[in-house]
Amino acid sequence: MTGVRAPPAARAIVRGDRRALARAITAVENGSPEADPILRALYPNTGRAPIVGFTGPLGVGKSSLINALVGHLRESGRTVGVIAVDPSSPFSGGSVLGDRIRFSRRADDDGVFFRSMASRGAVGGVAGTTREVARLLDAAGFDLVLVETVGSGQVDIAIRDIATTRVVVLVPHLGDEVQTLKAGLFEIADVFCVNKSDLPGSEAAQRDLMELVSLGPKHAEYRIPIVRTSTFQPSGLTELWAAVESHEAYLDRSGERTTGERARLTQEIVGRVRDRVGVELAARLERDATLRHLIDQVVARTLDPRSAAERLYRGRSARR
Amino acid sequence: MPSKAKTAPIRVLIAKPGLDGHDRGAKVVARALRDAGMEVIYAGLRQTPEEIVRAALEEDVDLIGLSILSGAHMALFPKILALLKKEHAGRIPVFAGGIIPDEDARRLKKAGIRAIFGPGTTLDEIVRTAQGLARPAR
Repeated sequence: MTGVRAPPAARAIVRGDRRALARAITAVENGSPEADPILRALYPNTGRAPIVGFTGPLGVGKSSLINALVGHLRESGRTVGVIAVDPSSPFSGGSVLGDRIRFSRRADDDGVFFRSMASRGAVGGVAGTTREVARLLDAAGFDLVLVETVGSGQVDIAIRDIATTRVVVLVPHLGDEVQTLKAGLFEIADVFCVNKSDLPGSEAAQRDLMELVSLGPKHAEYRIPIVRTSTFQPSGLTELWAAVESHEAYLDRSGERTTGERARLTQEIVGRVRDRVGVELAARLERDATLRHLIDQVVARTLDPRSAAERLYRGRSARR
Repeated sequence: MPSKAKTAPIRVLIAKPGLDGHDRGAKVVARALRDAGMEVIYAGLRQTPEEIVRAALEEDVDLIGLSILSGAHMALFPKILALLKKEHAGRIPVFAGGIIPDEDARRLKKAGIRAIFGPGTTLDEIVRTAQGLARPAR
């Protein structure tokens, strides 16, 4: 942390003050001005904890799996921060965040911090601020940060930009092996988990995934593990965590931890600039008569959208 | 790209302390609060007072709603209020619903439960009360 200039909230979070942590998360979620200095001060304390993402379709058992895994990790003394994302309503903006129901643990265990987040209009499976909330948990000193995405579809892969290890959770009978050939979700897995393995068909699902993995050119020195788990008849948790650790070890061994981090941070910076420019442009469109005229021309079909965008972009850079 | 300037949604914890398994009411209320634009953390059944308070603090909620039909409200509600106070979170408003006799309701209100809803309360009334309770707390 950057010494005396760090806001008291940042210092409290590093000291392990759970209320300060909870409030800072709210500030980050709400885009409140007090979040900025906290995130800035804590940034040097981040990048330490592995961030393990769990994604997969609705109802595959991500929450129950995380609950079981947290129990497993606590037995070995590791502390865990959990972020569980559920969707916000596109209509009311409201949300029912229900992942906590699956979460059972002793209420006096300070080795776990569980926070529910609403996606607040973001697509891709997590909220726009999930990455920064993960950073707060990292800075608060938790050994591991687990992130559960919303029940995701084939293209919800935003967890890729947050997690160091991505676990794609599936269940038997989600479809034939052709499904595994499709782009998107299946391409971001560092670990595959066939959950509900107490149900028939889990061997077949594992076989299909093995086929997929054996065809994949993605990692030459890393073979994506496929683990079968059940939380109903508890099994596979040790193997699942060993698979996550084997990927984390691979990241260090191969140097991919650094290159991956660099790529993710580049994305983040570029994304932030893009958002700012977008907001700035939208504001200008409302008050700038020349720009309104540009749009009028496009509406009247005397100018095409690409050329209008080009003029807008050039005009913007010329102004600096 | 949605701007950040929108007002932050109210965060509310809905939980059922005690041992009864009747969560229909809690779910209906959770749904109504969601439709009113709130972020509802639904903690579900059989929560101990300690678990409820821990969840409220971790989730940094503006408001707590308790549902109970077992008759144990006189034991559990004051316990929850006391734990909140102990955690310096006594300012988080707590409302409740369920089968709570009038006499008990009067005593619980005196103890600090801000609103109590019995059978026949409209969802609209619950939503409006919840909004009113949450706003000054922020």
